[in-house]
Amino acid sequence: MKSSVIEVPAVTLKTGKVRKTTEIIEKSMSMTFTVCGFIAVGFVLLITIFLVVSGTPAIAEIGFIDFIFGTKWASTAKEASYGILPFIMSSIYGTLGAIVIGVPLGILCAVFLAKVAGKKSSALVSNAVNLMSGIPSVVYGLVGMIVIVPTVREVFDLPDGANLFSAMIVLAIMILPSVISVSETAIRAVPREYEEASLALGATKTETIFKVILPAAKSGILASVVLGIGRAIGEAMAVMMVSGNVANMPKLFGSVRFLTTAVASEMSYSSGLQRQALFSVALVLFVYILAINLVLNLVIKREKK
Amino acid sequence: MNRSISKSRRVKIALLNGLIWAAAGIICLLLLGLVVCILYKGLPHITGELLTSKPSLLEGTVGILPNILNTLYIILMTLIVVLPLGVGSAIYLNEYAKNKKAVKLIELATETLAGIPSIIYGLVGMLIFVQFCSLGTSLLAGALTLVIMTLPTIIRTTQESLKTVPDSYREGGLALGAGKWHMIRTAVLPSAIDGIITGCILSIGRIVGESAALLFTAGMANEMLGMISAVTPNHAGSTLTVSLYMYAKERGDFETAFAIAAILLILTLIINLSAKFAAKKLKKGV
Repeated sequence: MKSSVIEVPAVTLKTGKVRKTTEIIEKSMSMTFTVCGFIAVGFVLLITIFLVVSGTPAIAEIGFIDFIFGTKWASTAKEASYGILPFIMSSIYGTLGAIVIGVPLGILCAVFLAKVAGKKSSALVSNAVNLMSGIPSVVYGLVGMIVIVPTVREVFDLPDGANLFSAMIVLAIMILPSVISVSETAIRAVPREYEEASLALGATKTETIFKVILPAAKSGILASVVLGIGRAIGEAMAVMMVSGNVANMPKLFGSVRFLTTAVASEMSYSSGLQRQALFSVALVLFVYILAINLVLNLVIKREKK
Repeated sequence: MNRSISKSRRVKIALLNGLIWAAAGIICLLLLGLVVCILYKGLPHITGELLTSKPSLLEGTVGILPNILNTLYIILMTLIVVLPLGVGSAIYLNEYAKNKKAVKLIELATETLAGIPSIIYGLVGMLIFVQFCSLGTSLLAGALTLVIMTLPTIIRTTQESLKTVPDSYREGGLALGAGKWHMIRTAVLPSAIDGIITGCILSIGRIVGESAALLFTAGMANEMLGMISAVTPNHAGSTLTVSLYMYAKERGDFETAFAIAAILLILTLIINLSAKFAAKKLKKGV
């Protein structure tokens, strides 16, 4: 990282009042910026503290094992049961599905943008991808509700199309922009010599792409996948609109509830232990996201080496 | 030249090539389908009445004017708070910080903030601002939640453009006897203004598209709010995205939902174009 910190000589001539006021201003501005600098750290701490404090009581009351591995979530039943394994598994399956559908498509599109397309078509497609990344998630949810859910229902002849499969498709579309842009950067960063050497040895352009460039860009592409996982696991609104939102153990064509949608769908009317359990669900989600961020950092670090 | 390549190899190459083109084609078709679907279903329902009235059972109107205003209020409030914080943080990172470990820590924190899903922001915002600070479900609480959420964007873009300001500007300013803050204010910040504007535009995009973080902080009300009540606690209001969700999921009014979706799509397009324009200027200007 290039930093532009310039040492200001400590010797200052203290002559008169003007000097003094400027010195005070300088000192206080320096303080202010230091405080601003650490505010992000403060926010992270604040979020962590609030989530841990409000998320742990319910886990303690329900019992860690029962909470994480319990397969039944019935928060409003007379004999309430708070097992979040259905949410965890749905989140994992949904994310995996989105990755399986979205990542190959995204990487191939990144190859197109970086190596195959001419300047004009590359600009056109990357504009399209940019626009896609800016579209709000509720809009994806709405289109999913109106287009994807009925289509899934008819194609697979189901009573209801709002299920895990529809959620996977919507999530796959939503992670495409991040997968494409990170992979494209990674592919463009592969040294030109690799390509030239491969071409000189008689490989065709397509062979070079798949046998030389993609392996060389491996860790950047991996980073894009991890980023996609983070996006998919954290998405709430779009999933809520297409997944059916019933706390079942995941089935491909069954109505499911993710970790995110569990929080979103019950928070407004929850109370007591149910509310606390929702905070615990959020805490679990937070831990997942932190773990994913950690992996992402490791991947990026390895790439830099 | 290609004569020497065996047939099976040629088939394989053609297949892989086809896949690449197919992927690009699918993505373009997806976007085209998305845009056409939204505009086709949404544009006919954008009427004058929709844009200028509030939802009322008595008058039988379905309007989104309160939601448009709420979105504007939240954008303004968020930017007013996040801009000084984010720009200040970037200035610290690029101009003041001497301790490499501190910089690493701050960058790690910023990345972490950028990765946290918005539903968690919504929950934490509810805990911190709505309950702990007892602001109630209000636009103010929503805006403060979004401050935390957009902070990484502002810090990153400002830092990027601060890095492009040549050191000679700084040295020149200092050599003329300016204090450090004076030098930053008069020499560095003006050259980095394009990056700050880009950050603002990107943040506006994020705010316009945000829904999960606002559901429990800014609430779902559709009342018309004045300037003053918008910034006081306990005045809830839903933005365009939240109201889209309510219309589609809770009330099943897809006509209004698609009208809002079309408006959001057009807004996204405008925001994208202006971000691109600003970025281009950024490259040229410095």
